[in-house]
Amino acid sequence: MIIVPCPHCGPRNSVDLRNCGEVVNRPNPDTATLTEWRTYLYLRENAAGWVSETWYCRAGCRRYFTIERNTVTNEIRDQS
Amino acid sequence: MPQHAYKYSAAKLLRHGLTRGTWPRMWRQPEFKDTYDVVIIGGGLHGLATAYYLATEHGITNVAVLDKGYLGGGGSGRNTAIVRSNYLTPEGVAFYDRSLHLYNTMADDLNLNVMFSRRGHLTLAHTDSALRTMHWRAEVNKLQGIDSSVIDPSDVKKEAPSLDVSPNTRYPILGALFHPPGGTVRHDAVVWGYARAADHHGVHLHQQTEVLDILCEGGTGPEGKGPGGKVTGVRTSRGDISAPIVVNCTAGWASLISNMAGVPLPITTHPLQAAVTEPTKVFLPTVVVSGSLHVYVSQTDRGELVFGASVDPVGTYRVNGTLEFTEELAGHVLELMPGISKMRLMRQWSGLCDMTPDYSPVMGFTPVEGYLVDVGWGTYGFKAGPVSGETMARTIATGKTDEMIAPFNLSRFTEGDLVGEKGAAAVGH
Repeated sequence: MIIVPCPHCGPRNSVDLRNCGEVVNRPNPDTATLTEWRTYLYLRENAAGWVSETWYCRAGCRRYFTIERNTVTNEIRDQS
Repeated sequence: MPQHAYKYSAAKLLRHGLTRGTWPRMWRQPEFKDTYDVVIIGGGLHGLATAYYLATEHGITNVAVLDKGYLGGGGSGRNTAIVRSNYLTPEGVAFYDRSLHLYNTMADDLNLNVMFSRRGHLTLAHTDSALRTMHWRAEVNKLQGIDSSVIDPSDVKKEAPSLDVSPNTRYPILGALFHPPGGTVRHDAVVWGYARAADHHGVHLHQQTEVLDILCEGGTGPEGKGPGGKVTGVRTSRGDISAPIVVNCTAGWASLISNMAGVPLPITTHPLQAAVTEPTKVFLPTVVVSGSLHVYVSQTDRGELVFGASVDPVGTYRVNGTLEFTEELAGHVLELMPGISKMRLMRQWSGLCDMTPDYSPVMGFTPVEGYLVDVGWGTYGFKAGPVSGETMARTIATGKTDEMIAPFNLSRFTEGDLVGEKGAAAVGH
């Protein structure tokens, strides 16, 4: 079980939230080329270790937030 | 099999049984050379099959297969051993059907009993929309000459009498896609068969050899990696190897290996959990799959029920079991088969699945010359093993992308030409 610290609802079991994957920088849709846009859509670092990722508190406050998680141990630390 | 190979037969089995003589080792422990024509990273089913077909079909035998652990210790030894070809897209159907054909003759081809049991495969529909997808799949399948049809609940009951097909359940069974050619194969035997045969044909199998880096030159990224460059070899825990062709056949670690060549992949790695019960008398003649209930069940020859599920929702490289999985699995299985409520789970394990956005693999050439991939096999790598090996070997030998795997090229993501298989490849939707 992974306990995710929601900044608004406190610690919650990860099944109450949705993992939205690693943080990726969204290019400006007005100026991005198709390749840049699809790179943003699909390609991922998928690192083993500490990653910044987005979570969605779907059963609680319904807000999105970013935390750091170690993808090898599932430890979580605050983004600071 | 070449002449020097040790041939397995009933007579040998009898003789060994009577004399209690030791069997020869299935493959050698080869010397570690610093040059190969082809280096394959990952000694699982895909890597070994690629090596086998390179050696047997194309005469390329100066090949090394590297594995950081032991052969077949990753996804090849952790899957639920189900094979089928009733996919949703014409590309997918043709591909997986070829694999089924190869599985069919594999025991003869590799001179090892892989225990292929063509027992039939039922995909249950619990909703109108699922039933609609089943009809769609059945039509796509039939058009390509594959035995696949939609049957109603009374026929489902005939195929698998232990299923509860009454309308009074939480998710009533409305019908099923029935695929008689589907079945199960002994997954370890497939790995051993390919490894043994590849070894006999001269391929070097290096276990306990971890790839630390992929060496490149001329690329746009740091250290000559990345698009426009070319591969010169690999750095391993046992020394450098120079090779003009490096093939990434890993699962779970595909992104990490590919990043070494400066080729990012459209993959996130998720664990998939599975479990097995204590053995009972054989009562389940077919493979039963339920997309809505996220579960698939088959019974082994020993009588254990093997359960698989969808991938865990959080991407991670950690392969521990969770209570959420066990609870959900037990609830869903009992929904299908209330009669087994007293059975006990014996073991639980998980393996790593490399999920792509369209639930199809990534195969063939990359922007780095000499670096090829056979990755992104999600939850369907086992059934595709033989055909992947065959097509990857042909691609390597001819230098041209094989027609069958052309739709699965990495460039489809930047070109926006995805092959959507989610409707047929996974149970988690």
